[in-house]
Amino acid sequence: MTWVLILALAAGTIALKVVGPLIAGGAAPPPALTRVIALLTPALLTGLVITSTFASSHDLVIDARAAGVGLGLALLLLRTPLLVALVAAAATAAAIRMLI
Amino acid sequence: MSSTKTQAVRASATLSLPTAALGVTFGVLAAPILGALPAIVMSAVVWSGGAQFGALTVLTGGGGVGLAAGTGLLANARFVPMGIGFAPSVSGSPVRRALAAILVVDASFALAHRGEGRFDPEVVVWSAPLQYLGWVLGTIAGALGASTLASPTSLGLDVLFPVFYLGLLLPELRAAGRPLAVAVAAAVVALALVPITPEGVPVLAAAATALLGLKGQP
Repeated sequence: MTWVLILALAAGTIALKVVGPLIAGGAAPPPALTRVIALLTPALLTGLVITSTFASSHDLVIDARAAGVGLGLALLLLRTPLLVALVAAAATAAAIRMLI
Repeated sequence: MSSTKTQAVRASATLSLPTAALGVTFGVLAAPILGALPAIVMSAVVWSGGAQFGALTVLTGGGGVGLAAGTGLLANARFVPMGIGFAPSVSGSPVRRALAAILVVDASFALAHRGEGRFDPEVVVWSAPLQYLGWVLGTIAGALGASTLASPTSLGLDVLFPVFYLGLLLPELRAAGRPLAVAVAAAVVALALVPITPEGVPVLAAAATALLGLKGQP
């Protein structure tokens, strides 16, 4: 059954990725749709940041992740290079987990 | 090598680090449930953290294969609007557009955004190899080392993804067209839905706040 699941996820994911281009074709979208598409990136990224920082299955938690991500955010706002922010954030979360 | 291509490869090199870390995490968590080989094959053919973690969460919680597949694909439903947005930026035949769309992942979608809903397809195509390698090699390392490795969370690897996404998000927030208001709405929607909806729905609903753009420019 595991292999059925793998096949279903692989085929389904490709289908989801391909259906948009097949619907939209190559035509330039109308201005209202263009605005929505431009906003799709920040909206999607925000959803991913929030869920991967605060969601623990179906619970909202503030744990070592929030501390690491908070520091990462602060460093990025100070225009620290991304790689430095990533390492500092991971080290912070790891240190907090070691201490508590 | 064109400059876009060089930039894309360089950007995706930074980007493959959190992807590989997430792959290790998936491998460690999936190997005991699925077996090491199926976990690795899954990453190689599905190539989507959202779908794979969604399905794995259901299986770990004792859910069936049907529910796991449904949850995984729901987590990926965002690729439909993303594909609609991305397709007009790809020149050439419908087949070419569809093939380019298959290579889209969250990170390359954000990296390729050139503002005002236009995308650079070269960035998506040239980020793909390192993204794919990072994901698959990470899974292999995690699945085979599951019993011997320190847990990925004890190393703080699970915070690499949100911080990485923040790195992509902050420049987007400086663009015209009220992205900050949309991001705040997306955050509220995601937080509200986590406790009450299946895996994947909070991110999908957060992405849907982009529909605020229909209201027109201020």
